[in-house]
Amino acid sequence: MSKRIVCLHVNGKDREVAIDERESLYETLRNELRLTSIKKGCEVGECGACSVLLNGRCVDSCIYLTVWAVGKDIVTVEGLKDESNGDITDVQKEFIKQAAVQCGFCTPGFILKAVEIVGHNKPYTRDEIKKLITGNLCRCTGYMNIVTAIEYAIKHNMDKLGIPYEVAPATSSFDVSDDEKEKMLKDVLAMQDNDVTKG
Amino acid sequence: MFDISFLYEAKDVKDAIKKLVENESSEIVSGGTDVLIRVREGKDAGMGLVSIHNVSELKGIKLENDGSIVIGAGTTFYDVTNNEIIRKNILSLAEAADTVGGPQIRQVATIGGNICNGATSADTASTLVALDADIVLEGPKGERIVNIKDFYTGPGKTVRERCEICKCFRIKKENYENYYGYYFKYGKRKSLEIATLGCSVLVKLNSAKDTIENVKIAYGVASPTPSRAKSAEDFAKGKRVDDKSLLDTFAEKALSDMKPRDSWRASKEFREQLIKEMAKRSLVNSIRRAGGKIEYYV
Repeated sequence: MSKRIVCLHVNGKDREVAIDERESLYETLRNELRLTSIKKGCEVGECGACSVLLNGRCVDSCIYLTVWAVGKDIVTVEGLKDESNGDITDVQKEFIKQAAVQCGFCTPGFILKAVEIVGHNKPYTRDEIKKLITGNLCRCTGYMNIVTAIEYAIKHNMDKLGIPYEVAPATSSFDVSDDEKEKMLKDVLAMQDNDVTKG
Repeated sequence: MFDISFLYEAKDVKDAIKKLVENESSEIVSGGTDVLIRVREGKDAGMGLVSIHNVSELKGIKLENDGSIVIGAGTTFYDVTNNEIIRKNILSLAEAADTVGGPQIRQVATIGGNICNGATSADTASTLVALDADIVLEGPKGERIVNIKDFYTGPGKTVRERCEICKCFRIKKENYENYYGYYFKYGKRKSLEIATLGCSVLVKLNSAKDTIENVKIAYGVASPTPSRAKSAEDFAKGKRVDDKSLLDTFAEKALSDMKPRDSWRASKEFREQLIKEMAKRSLVNSIRRAGGKIEYYV
């Protein structure tokens, strides 16, 4: 099959690229344009590692044909920057600050999803954020720090817009009150007293 | 690279039909979230694809002068969920569209594809069955309108012919006005899941909000095709909402109308239990949304 030349608008620039019409957007961006922040994960649209922003909305580029993206605004992590000083965006800074990155494979997808969520200019609760990121899988972090990072990124944006927004403290099953700790200690001591092996 | 023989980007519906007629081994691709995966798995490998992805006449939701709501088949789930007309008039459809796949899938997958796949597990199918939607198909011989109850012929099979394109869904005013609905999806995980069972209920109460004037209940995965539980509907009509025997009998009648099967997702027995429990919970939630009070059920 012959290749054809199309013009893709990627990260603010028009890029002419020779594509096969059977190609997925993932293949074109990663193999032809060398945008290696996009990762190949499940290839069936479940893991979100190949997410790109298409007209500001996150889609899985592994099941999206390149020809469909012609004329649309494509953004990958390579194209993210703070417009005011050319630095990395608040979302990326918060991901670093909150240690929301471990192996890093899912991170570009999560950052683009976070950019989309922050771009809604709406406050979201922790539970709402959890639902919004269900299209991205992370096998390392346990999601807690990712959700916190997104909350802080929303907060920075809300501060700029002058809308009050409180970051809810992260809770986990490991957080126990002092009373509970004391009770647990007593239980352990009682168990030791009853230990038959002690004779 | 997908294993397809060609990809043709249609300019409009007529153009797509022409190409489908010309090529025997070609099929339509819209959102691509099912078709491209089938190609990748090898099931549809080697097929030609006629793309209607960017055909603008298939997109959008509008309210017509006679009060019917028309949903373009190429409208994505995200757009269905966030559309004001849908949220205001048919909340259960917005809710159902919000349970399909994950957020990234909902940005590209279309409601037309969901129905035309013919899957009984399609999340929007049970709600559209409850709404008695009319499906507008266009083929080489012209346009025809099929009611959704006649659309499904078996698992994965519909009356739509290969060269026909589903253009839009039309929901008549009398089928949604004053109805309040609820969509219940049961799955093993919260996202990226195919429904083990789906249940959609629409309820219309009288003006005093104490008697059921009309009720519609439709299931997905409870039968080979998405279908209504007519005897449960007939039973509940005219019943008072504070009647304590209402829920149990409603659930029993709903079960008697359904033919659940064993599958690797769940056993027949489990599905039977789900059919009853989901009938009750969906009915209670719909009645509460309609403004009725049910105090005996938590």
